[in-house]
Amino acid sequence: MTWAEEILAKKSGLEKAVAGEYVVARPDGFMMHDIFAADVLGLLAEVGIRELHDPSRVTVVFDHMVPPPSVAAAAHQRTARELARRYGIANFHEMGRGVSHQVMVEEKRVREGDLVVATDSHTTTYGGVGALSTGIGSTEMAYALATGTLWFKVPESVLIRLSGRLAPATSGKDLILALMRIVGSDIAQARSLEFRGPGTSSLTLADRLTVCNMGVEMGSKFAVFPPGEDLPQGAAYAASYSVDLSSLQPMVACPHHVENVRPVQEMVGTRIDQVFIGSCTNGRLQDLRDAASLLQGRQIAPGVRLVVTPASREIYRQAMQEGILDALVAAGAIVEGASCGPCFGGHLGLLAPGERCLGTHNRNFQGRMGSPDAEIYLASPLTAAATAIAGEIADPRSLLAGLAAEGVPS
Amino acid sequence: MSDLFPVLRGRAWLLGDNISTDVLSPGPYVHAPMAERLRHVLEAVRPDFASGVRHGDIVVGGRNFGVGSSRESAPQHLKDLGVAVVVAESFARIFARNAIAIGLPVLTCQGVGGLVQDGEIVAVDVVAGEVVRSDGTALQAERIPPEMLAVLARGGIVPMLRAIAADQGSTAE
Repeated sequence: MTWAEEILAKKSGLEKAVAGEYVVARPDGFMMHDIFAADVLGLLAEVGIRELHDPSRVTVVFDHMVPPPSVAAAAHQRTARELARRYGIANFHEMGRGVSHQVMVEEKRVREGDLVVATDSHTTTYGGVGALSTGIGSTEMAYALATGTLWFKVPESVLIRLSGRLAPATSGKDLILALMRIVGSDIAQARSLEFRGPGTSSLTLADRLTVCNMGVEMGSKFAVFPPGEDLPQGAAYAASYSVDLSSLQPMVACPHHVENVRPVQEMVGTRIDQVFIGSCTNGRLQDLRDAASLLQGRQIAPGVRLVVTPASREIYRQAMQEGILDALVAAGAIVEGASCGPCFGGHLGLLAPGERCLGTHNRNFQGRMGSPDAEIYLASPLTAAATAIAGEIADPRSLLAGLAAEGVPS
Repeated sequence: MSDLFPVLRGRAWLLGDNISTDVLSPGPYVHAPMAERLRHVLEAVRPDFASGVRHGDIVVGGRNFGVGSSRESAPQHLKDLGVAVVVAESFARIFARNAIAIGLPVLTCQGVGGLVQDGEIVAVDVVAGEVVRSDGTALQAERIPPEMLAVLARGGIVPMLRAIAADQGSTAE
């Protein structure tokens, strides 16, 4: 069986599950963030459900509209807080703890082999620890919390065999952006992306989380690195691809769709107004270290704004202790608390008509970060840092070559 | 079941590929009053939609309709504006699930984007999965599985939850 079939069978009490079947499964974990927690729990209260099936499996994280930028957001969060208490949800994380997907991993609320659902499309992130996880809407979440169950169509799986090691100046972000082109939504839609092969062991946890996080941008239902490199016996895959990690180069997703991916050198010179480094995709310590490795001792270009949001309080503190935040702020960045704000266009860095942003986040849809007349480019933290320094899209390899020539250890 | 789903007849709004949840339900307005949120639906790609859509209208999309976030407001806003059914070449997974969960039928229909004209009257048989133009030309959509039709027939998940709550109440007493 594929990993999706194996886990869905196990969680549905079946010996076997086959792609195409519908199963009723019991997820191990349920997560809601501040945008939807009040809607979900409010719906349950309104229809008269008095108890959740198992509150110990539920996690709530406030990460989107934090700190509340409006009275409406503050009131919405107060309602969610009260309802979470009323329904006995002890795993409640206030604003500042971090971006929910990072918090779930740090708090070990998701483990290898788990099935987890959350009211956020980027729930596919947990495939980075070997879990099967996906986003659902608030009405379905209400049903799942009330009954402890949810229906799933067992998806077909797409096998992606990785070999080699990432080349310098590339990261998990460049891998998933490259896969947008290599695989794409026509193949991945509603399927499970399953990463196997000898290349997987060379990827860091941060890289795996980034890759699985953006699996959903291809329309995939799950994206997962199962334990072990080897293929399971007799598993049937709908499609199969091989990628040599050492052949990857820095990539950029261009407006207005994530599949509109090109090698960075084709876009070099594109003027940029704002650079954003953060989000559940690329706000981890490795990402901040990458950015600081280029920004240390430099200044961002005049006319460019650099917004940085560490993905969690732990990352923020570690980055502070390592001097990363100091380097970024000295270079001209504004460092915000851990939140989803700029990435989903809620607050903390929206764009005016005609402006361009290059960010390390996950979506560049029209209107995603404010004005529908703004443009968004997506890339790795290294490419983002190089771009902030140049004031236009830049290839991080040129800067790294410069550093090497100056004798700076990389 | 077909009694519960009369053939829907309505004016088509033709939209392109990759209509995202960010254009269906823009992030900057997530906490705005409902009337204001509805005014911005599809603003980025069809500024005439929110003010022009009428009860019973039909949205016709291209590939990957509803791509993006899990926000249920994306299908809910269409339903609140009176849209009776969404027919598209393909749907993003979460959007399709959410639509069924709130009782808005969605039909996957190859070729629909290239055939139906903006503004024309089309008939959609949700149970049979048929899309028929005014000149009689028809397209066969993928049939909605019986499990999902059953959810739609009950008007979505909320009525199901009310039934569960009623059961809990009776066992508690």
